[in-house]
Amino acid sequence: MSRSFRAETIKLVRRPASWLLLAITLALALIFTYLFPYASIAGGTDGPNNDRTLPMLLPDQLVGNSLGGLPVFLGSIVLILGVLTVGGEYGWATWKTVLTQGPSRLEVYAGKLLALTAAALAVVLAVFAVGAVASVLIAVAESQPVRWPGPGDLLVGIGAGWLIATMWAMLGAVLAVALRAVALPVGLGLVWMLAVQNLLAAIAAPLLDWVAQAQKGLPGPNAGSLVAALGAPGDTPGVAATVGGGQAAVVVAAYLIAFAVVGAVLLRRRDIG
Amino acid sequence: MNLPVQTEGLTKRYGGLTAVQDLHLTVRAGEVYGFLGPNGAGKTTTLRMLLGLVRPTAGTVRLLGRPPGAGRLTGVGALIEGPAFYPYLSGRDNLRVLARYAGVGADRVALVLDLVDLTDRAGDRYAGYSLGMKQRLGVAAALLKDPRLLILDEPTNGLDPAGMADMRTLIRRLGAGGCTVLVSSHLLGEVEQICDRVGVISRGRLIAEGTVAELRGTAGLRVLADPLDEAAARTRALVGDDRVRVVDGGLELAVAPERAAWLNAELVSAGLAVRELRPRERDLEQVFFDLIEKGTADVA
Repeated sequence: MSRSFRAETIKLVRRPASWLLLAITLALALIFTYLFPYASIAGGTDGPNNDRTLPMLLPDQLVGNSLGGLPVFLGSIVLILGVLTVGGEYGWATWKTVLTQGPSRLEVYAGKLLALTAAALAVVLAVFAVGAVASVLIAVAESQPVRWPGPGDLLVGIGAGWLIATMWAMLGAVLAVALRAVALPVGLGLVWMLAVQNLLAAIAAPLLDWVAQAQKGLPGPNAGSLVAALGAPGDTPGVAATVGGGQAAVVVAAYLIAFAVVGAVLLRRRDIG
Repeated sequence: MNLPVQTEGLTKRYGGLTAVQDLHLTVRAGEVYGFLGPNGAGKTTTLRMLLGLVRPTAGTVRLLGRPPGAGRLTGVGALIEGPAFYPYLSGRDNLRVLARYAGVGADRVALVLDLVDLTDRAGDRYAGYSLGMKQRLGVAAALLKDPRLLILDEPTNGLDPAGMADMRTLIRRLGAGGCTVLVSSHLLGEVEQICDRVGVISRGRLIAEGTVAELRGTAGLRVLADPLDEAAARTRALVGDDRVRVVDGGLELAVAPERAAWLNAELVSAGLAVRELRPRERDLEQVFFDLIEKGTADVA
């Protein structure tokens, strides 16, 4: 499996789309978490869903600010990365090229999932790093003290972010295997994350109690609950304490494992076209 | 002795469509075996089943004596249904990635690139390769593991005439070097030139198997002599009624070509003017079409 992991890592690192997605992730995190709120505070403007104050942008809020995008927007990008990593083999018909070199399907798939797990960690670390730099710049610009979260809080935050990002990557992977393509899994994944989840939370759940209860078992609301428990701003889309942080972490981990297993079973059973 | 390729009762059905039916295929060590059939006959499906890409509905496959399972493709190289690589990587980097999966050293990459004459363009992105270059890279990938069994699906597709000739030379050289080669093709001339034995598949069934000479059947003689009627009567008297046919203004004789001199002397001594007398071999193309037609009729 280590051979497959190394091969998959090379492919992921050398693929321009991976870097583009990372750049978009960091740009979104920077713009929506720091730039727009700071511009609003500095300019004295106000708007809907904008109750952020200067202390919320400072380094001691790094964990919550870095995790806030993962339930929806940043998670969507990681999902796309998962689809590209697995679905690309269908799009380019390279499964046969890889598999005829001798590795088993599960070996290759495990290599892909490990590479995605490493990529998810890299994304989360990059978001934390960019957030750290941005928050320090704001603190310096506003003559505020630079205080960092404790190492334990940082580790827990990074771990939670890694867990959530990996779950979305696994969802992308399983969609790619199930649909044996790239475009459709990306489309369906984004519709689910950006539209369906929000519609359920904003429209259906307040009207129907069973939808509200069902939400507690869905991956998005649990990811949102987990980051909310770690201090993510409540005005961020997808961030809401629907369930407790501990339960949310367990549910997110369960989805991660389920997505990985279902993808592996499907890949193992089906013919490679 | 372990046969490089052995299938028993290999069958693949997609719903109501039977792509491959009860296929018993045997490829012997060191031979270049041609897998011949028209488009849609089941060649690629069979090769995919051999390599574990497609799961058989029934039957068994053994490659190099090994049943399906981990490590079954050790010593096996393959190019199936056209080359497929990562377009953002160069040809060399594509092979380096595949070498990781295969567990072979980077030195093999340079070697196989040289074998397929692609070293000069190995640093270019795969997306910019011509069809012929892609095909050669596909063969290079198949050779990465220094295979004892090489499975090539239409390896000359997309190659220009010089490239096709190079590919045939390479396959013959691999065969001469002890590598067993199973090559599928619908190009009869290609198969005729490089293969020791041939299997013909039609509508998912193996309808004939043997050397090219065996498939062609017994050779004979073609005679042009005047007057034709007298020549036919005399020849029938000499070799037997059932061995002589009048075809296109001449005689086709089912007799060994070695008897040409004797026959010529007999006809001349009988006062007949022999204008032409030459060995007659059945064209492989004719054999192929006859077999396909027969196979189709049998299935119907």
